[in-house]
Amino acid sequence: MAATRTFRVLPGFNLTLGYTLGYLSLLILIPLSAVFLKTFEMDWARFVEVVTAPQVVATYKLSFGASLLAAAINAVFGLMLAWALVRYSFPGKKIVDALVDLPFALPTAVAGIALTALYAKNGWLGQYLEEIGIKVAFTPLGVLVALVFIGLPFVVRTVQPILEDLDTELEEAAASLGAQRWQTFRHVIFPILLPALLTGFALAFARAVGEYGSVIFIAGNLPFVSEITPLMIITKLEQYDYQGATAIASVMLIFSFILLLIINGLQAWTAKRTGRDR
Amino acid sequence: MAGATTMHLGGNHAARFENKAATSETPLVKWTILAIALTFFTVFLLMPLIAVFVEAFRKGWETYVTALVDPDALSAIKLTLLAAAVSVPLNLVFGVAAAWAIAKFEFRGKQFLITLIDLPFSVSPVIAGLVFVLIFGAQGWFGSWLIDNDIKIIFAVPGIVLATVFVTFPFIARELIPLMQAQGKEEEEAAVVLGAKGWQVFWYVTLPNIKWGLMYGVILTNARAMGEFGAVSVVSGHIRGQTNTLPLHVEILYNEYMFSAAFAVASLLALLALVTLVIKNWVEHQAARSYRDTQESAS
Amino acid sequence: MSIQVKNIHKQFGAFTALDDITLDFPTGELVALLGPSGCGKTTLLRIIAGLEQADSGQILLDGDDASSTHVRERQVGFVFQHYALFKHMTVFDNVAFGMRMKPRGQRPSEAKIKDKVHELLKLVQLDWLADRFPSQLSGGQRQRIALARALAVEPRVLLLDEPFGALDAKVRKELRRWLRKLHDELHITSIFVTHDQEEALEVADRVVLMDHGKVEQIGTPEEVYRHPATPFVYGFLGSVNFFHGRVEGETVRVGDDTLPHEPHDFDHGAEVVAFARPHELDIDTDPASTAGIAARINRVLAFGVTARVELDGINGSTGQHFEVEITRERVLELGLKDGQAVRLIPSRLKVFEREGASA
Repeated sequence: MAATRTFRVLPGFNLTLGYTLGYLSLLILIPLSAVFLKTFEMDWARFVEVVTAPQVVATYKLSFGASLLAAAINAVFGLMLAWALVRYSFPGKKIVDALVDLPFALPTAVAGIALTALYAKNGWLGQYLEEIGIKVAFTPLGVLVALVFIGLPFVVRTVQPILEDLDTELEEAAASLGAQRWQTFRHVIFPILLPALLTGFALAFARAVGEYGSVIFIAGNLPFVSEITPLMIITKLEQYDYQGATAIASVMLIFSFILLLIINGLQAWTAKRTGRDR
Repeated sequence: MAGATTMHLGGNHAARFENKAATSETPLVKWTILAIALTFFTVFLLMPLIAVFVEAFRKGWETYVTALVDPDALSAIKLTLLAAAVSVPLNLVFGVAAAWAIAKFEFRGKQFLITLIDLPFSVSPVIAGLVFVLIFGAQGWFGSWLIDNDIKIIFAVPGIVLATVFVTFPFIARELIPLMQAQGKEEEEAAVVLGAKGWQVFWYVTLPNIKWGLMYGVILTNARAMGEFGAVSVVSGHIRGQTNTLPLHVEILYNEYMFSAAFAVASLLALLALVTLVIKNWVEHQAARSYRDTQESAS
Repeated sequence: MSIQVKNIHKQFGAFTALDDITLDFPTGELVALLGPSGCGKTTLLRIIAGLEQADSGQILLDGDDASSTHVRERQVGFVFQHYALFKHMTVFDNVAFGMRMKPRGQRPSEAKIKDKVHELLKLVQLDWLADRFPSQLSGGQRQRIALARALAVEPRVLLLDEPFGALDAKVRKELRRWLRKLHDELHITSIFVTHDQEEALEVADRVVLMDHGKVEQIGTPEEVYRHPATPFVYGFLGSVNFFHGRVEGETVRVGDDTLPHEPHDFDHGAEVVAFARPHELDIDTDPASTAGIAARINRVLAFGVTARVELDGINGSTGQHFEVEITRERVLELGLKDGQAVRLIPSRLKVFEREGASA
């Protein structure tokens, strides 16, 4: 074989990949591994004791429960909103469409105090809800409201492009074969949307579980009642209980990894189902 | 987690569906869906946004302006701008490098690398702050060394910058990777055949093709960098006038029951969010236009 | 400039794209690399350009080993299948690109670049499009701009990847003639890749037929068409009828029928495939005849000078379809009707050993 020098046609592979890996390791991977290394300093019994303490377990229930519910609410109403944005014309549609991304752009602390102002006892919405006996601010319901807010764009923005790409011929074919409008939705449109809808749901859920800023203002943070897991980590840190904070963080991290893998799978499914690259 | 943050190039062609019997619903169904969707939008999005501005001006202009020119507020603005000014360029260089390597070359473990880049999206911001406390905090890996050398990272500006870089890490990369993958590498190859060298290929051929995506990523990164709360909160130590960013300043004012001042500062951030959305829409519009041109030339 | 390809091997995982390819491209010729998709022709073209690297073997440009020369230094002109025009640049800037990328010392002045670009645009007859963007051009115009851009760097060889693949039939024919004319003016050594046999035969001085990473035959269009060297080439160039059978003395037995055949290299009992082009078959309507292959007429298409008769095999070749080209007069003379049973008599038959005959 001739002594051929190997080269790549396009330049910069070693440079860019090396930089990517270095930067990624230094900023993300090594710091994240600190959480696990710190956790390994604890013995198992102590670890279990910390992460299963009743107050901590109560935060899991709230964080995961409220996040699931918020994601579900977003799945239903987000789908309707996406549908309205793609299928109907109405005045102010462009503004509505643009504002859907507000929770991405609005700092969470701002969202937190704004929601609190709305839902407090004397707030715009809170005063009416109070009359019918519903308390939102400083209850688990408040947590739910904040999580719906921050998760709102995810379902809309994952479903919307799929809806837009939908070929009208599909529905026309269904109609020509005698399907009712609801049957067409149920059997033709919905199955196409499902992977994207689930992806949006999972994204909203993942975001909600880790959310901190928008929740703490409206939650009231009562132990066993309206305390979320990320707050638990902060509380431990403020008490200089680094091990405790780290143990809980590692539980959340593992959960995040699993969720990330599921989301990746769902996105691959969406791409396959719809032939979209993204 | 990129699905929801990547550029959206769809058009508004509701008429395509509305004017055909087979693709439209009965008026009753249509108006019901529209009413529910818009109520949901109003209650959960519009009202909080309006509330910020109404609360901010509740006690009049004077209180509003006083809150903004307060020295602590001004130093918070400075620090917020600094955090964004550092993290945007850092993550920009990373994003371009990562997208170049991933989109233009084949190598093992590529998919895994993309997943790793997504990581910061799914990590709670609180944990993003915690990791730096574990490394640079008083009891962290480098804690005693840092104390000996009198270097402050945690409860100081470097910690805030680090945490901000962490949480804004994937935005630009995740915007560019699918974009550059979709564009393939034929144009770059053509440039190389015609004699272009490394930087020339990137500068004259690749960059013009990705500029809108790049700008989109920068805008998102910037918005998140200026607005980050959880991660920064952990590493900041809340020292007024020194380690407070704008969102942290809002929190302090709010917890001290200075509601109008808190909302005044918050309104500044809300305004930033609105400006971000406007630019974002403009970029999407531009990108959609150049995308359409591309489509024409591919047909 | 001449191009020599020596023992080139290229593997993509378990897939062998190119299997020990050795070829000579003499100076000034226009050569077609012809084969079905996946046969390795594009890979070979990209290896010659330096866009891809062979696992082993050499590329000699003008006798010099170019295997370790970067594409940038090879001085090849490459026209991509989808043209790869820079979307954000005008036609002028696209064509000027290569000259502008030169190191400052070698870079021509802007005035010289301008002259050269206009000269090239005139050559491809699109001078009036200089200020347009690629998205404003038709497919055929883009193709010619891509060619002008490749020529701007004064390449020693011109490589074209499926140059007409993305065009509609009419434009394709026009451009074919135009490319041939251009080559006759410039005489630059050129290789183009195509899967369209008509295109290869019509445009090229020489055709290289490839299949499964191997060269099947090299020759002038006439040579490869008239004297296919392998069953693959027979099947790939033009339509063909084939008969699976076994050699029995001076005949090939196909089911219950026999075909006459001059015995040369085949042993008695050898499994063979016999080929005959549609115009090399005649039709015998005599019901008593036993020569040739029994078939039933399915359809007679007689609107041109030559008529096409489509037939289904019966007896031994049931399930097979045949095609015969005869003159219109002959059809009338024989009085052919749909459903009629006839016999096919080959005037010329090419027999290959069955092994690997997958036509």
